[in-house]
Amino acid sequence: MKLRWVFSVLTTATWLLAGPVSAEQIGDPEAGAKVFSQCKGCHQIGPDAQDRIGPHLNGVFGRKAAAHDTFDYSASMERAGADGLIWTAKTLDAYLENPRALVSKTRMSFRGLKDPQDRADVLAYLRDFSDNPRDLPEAEPTARGTDHDLDPTILAIQGDPEYGAYLSNECLTCHQSDGSARGIPSITRWPEEDFVVAMHAYKNKLRPHPVMQMMAGRLNNEEIAALAAYFKTLDE
Amino acid sequence: MKLNRRIFLGSGVAAAASLKAPALLAQGHGKPRVVVIGGGAGGATAARYLTKDSEGALDVTLVEPSRSYFTCFFSNLYLGGFKEIDDLGHTYGTLAAKYGINVVHDWAVDVDRDGKTVTLAGGASLPYDKLILSPGIDFVDGAVGGWSLAAQNAMPHAYKGGSQTELLRAQVDAMPEGGVFAMVAPPNPYRCPPGPYERVSMIAHRLKAANPTAKIIVADPKGKFSKQSLFEEGWANHYPGMIDWVGEDFGGGEVSVDPAAMTVTIDGEETEVHACNVIPAMKAGRIAEMAGVTEGNWAPVNAADMSAKADPDVYVLGDAAQQGDMPKSGFSANSQAKVCANAVRGALTESRVFPAKFSNTCWSLIDANNGVKVGATYEATEEKIAKVDGFISEVGETSDVRRATYEESEGWYAGIVADMFS
Repeated sequence: MKLRWVFSVLTTATWLLAGPVSAEQIGDPEAGAKVFSQCKGCHQIGPDAQDRIGPHLNGVFGRKAAAHDTFDYSASMERAGADGLIWTAKTLDAYLENPRALVSKTRMSFRGLKDPQDRADVLAYLRDFSDNPRDLPEAEPTARGTDHDLDPTILAIQGDPEYGAYLSNECLTCHQSDGSARGIPSITRWPEEDFVVAMHAYKNKLRPHPVMQMMAGRLNNEEIAALAAYFKTLDE
Repeated sequence: MKLNRRIFLGSGVAAAASLKAPALLAQGHGKPRVVVIGGGAGGATAARYLTKDSEGALDVTLVEPSRSYFTCFFSNLYLGGFKEIDDLGHTYGTLAAKYGINVVHDWAVDVDRDGKTVTLAGGASLPYDKLILSPGIDFVDGAVGGWSLAAQNAMPHAYKGGSQTELLRAQVDAMPEGGVFAMVAPPNPYRCPPGPYERVSMIAHRLKAANPTAKIIVADPKGKFSKQSLFEEGWANHYPGMIDWVGEDFGGGEVSVDPAAMTVTIDGEETEVHACNVIPAMKAGRIAEMAGVTEGNWAPVNAADMSAKADPDVYVLGDAAQQGDMPKSGFSANSQAKVCANAVRGALTESRVFPAKFSNTCWSLIDANNGVKVGATYEATEEKIAKVDGFISEVGETSDVRRATYEESEGWYAGIVADMFS
């Protein structure tokens, strides 16, 4: 009997945990089509799309900023292109969150999409109008991988929560210690591993947010582990 | 990472459970039976991994008409003179002798999915618990005006390895001085996205030495192609003035051929040619269609295990599969075969099943020791195999980098054929 109980509990657990194994699509293109209604006033997309107030958005993934010949871009966007800005899921996500944070004098007068899900969905919609990797293997990715390149020894570092409490002062200027998330995401009670992975993703400029890239960029491995240990228990 | 650890834990539990009740899920007969149709990068790899990893628990039959398999990958290097045909030929002896795979040299001519049997041209009937189809490509009838399979001797496709490849090289060598070589390039999707353009490079290399005033015309229905900037840079530097690529915008898709007269008409303009490579639009190898697992030209599959959307007991690998973002290539087929073999073995023997991970790299040779590559990693999502990361060679790389890339491709070739056949 006892064995059977263990077995059934464990198989249930297996079933529950087996769900989220797959890589994540960038977002839901159907939901993104709705979000795109906010963009339609200026941008066209699809078979007959033409430049209007903004450039048409066919083939935008993988293209250098300001590289669409027939459109007259702002000097600021031209400069971003010359500096090597390529439109990818990461850079477009940052641009759509706050256009002027990425390209300071862009003519795109849009307040930005604050909801990460809206951005993900509209990016998935836009992605469908760019090159398919099946046809051009070098085309931009269509999903976010589940892998990260983090050295297991970095993940294994035991963080010092006291040191983390000290370091956290900088974080708490923006992120709330009670875990509330008004415009700035909550960072309390995260599993330590997720915290460490996310911070290293900023540090390595894989995650796009410029402020977080800067903040994470000057933290060393021990400091990130310490912050992870501190924030894990902060709001319990 | 966390998710992976979780699935390993979960599978470990399943494995522990199976110790208690070691059931082989054969339906009322001895060992579970797997039939694999097609002995290329997908099928040979799948058969080898199934037998190697199951250590005799599975009865695996590989159906492949050819006794000698000539790889389509690297066949362009034969055209360029960097390989001889024997370098590309492989046999199935080791798969039979070392792994106990039942290798049957015959054509599969029908699949009865209700009765779960495969019929061979020789009349034999093979029952299966799981069927893996890896039939590669066939050509869409009428895709290029004036061309049919009956014309493949006058105007070879050379897009399946072996005699077609040899024929095309002989025809290039027989071109008169200053003659014209034409290629009709295929529309998307097709086997080996950079393949036609590597082929152009290799034929240019050959002509540059033997027939330097010859010309190459490529009629292409596409507006752009894989590694385009790398090839264009290479053609300008190595074969200046020799290659004329006519893309979609200049009528490259408006093509017909006359194999008897040896003419090619592009956007209304007829040109006399002296060798012509017609690579028509492609579709899944015919047995996939006969098995009833195709929709349109290809067989839709589930990304997690390569099972056909139409039938959970039928799997489709490689070029024939419509899986999402992976290009159709030998590397892709080999990668998909390992995921599939892991899933099939798990389904039949309750062995552990790991999350699907795929990768691909396509190397191309532009000239001697001048290799370029494009590659990516892929994962299974609910909808498809999705690209998650990638890389591509850059224009302006040093000759050392290009040489290293070429050497890497040689290493890959040795590796994949060992992974298929040894």
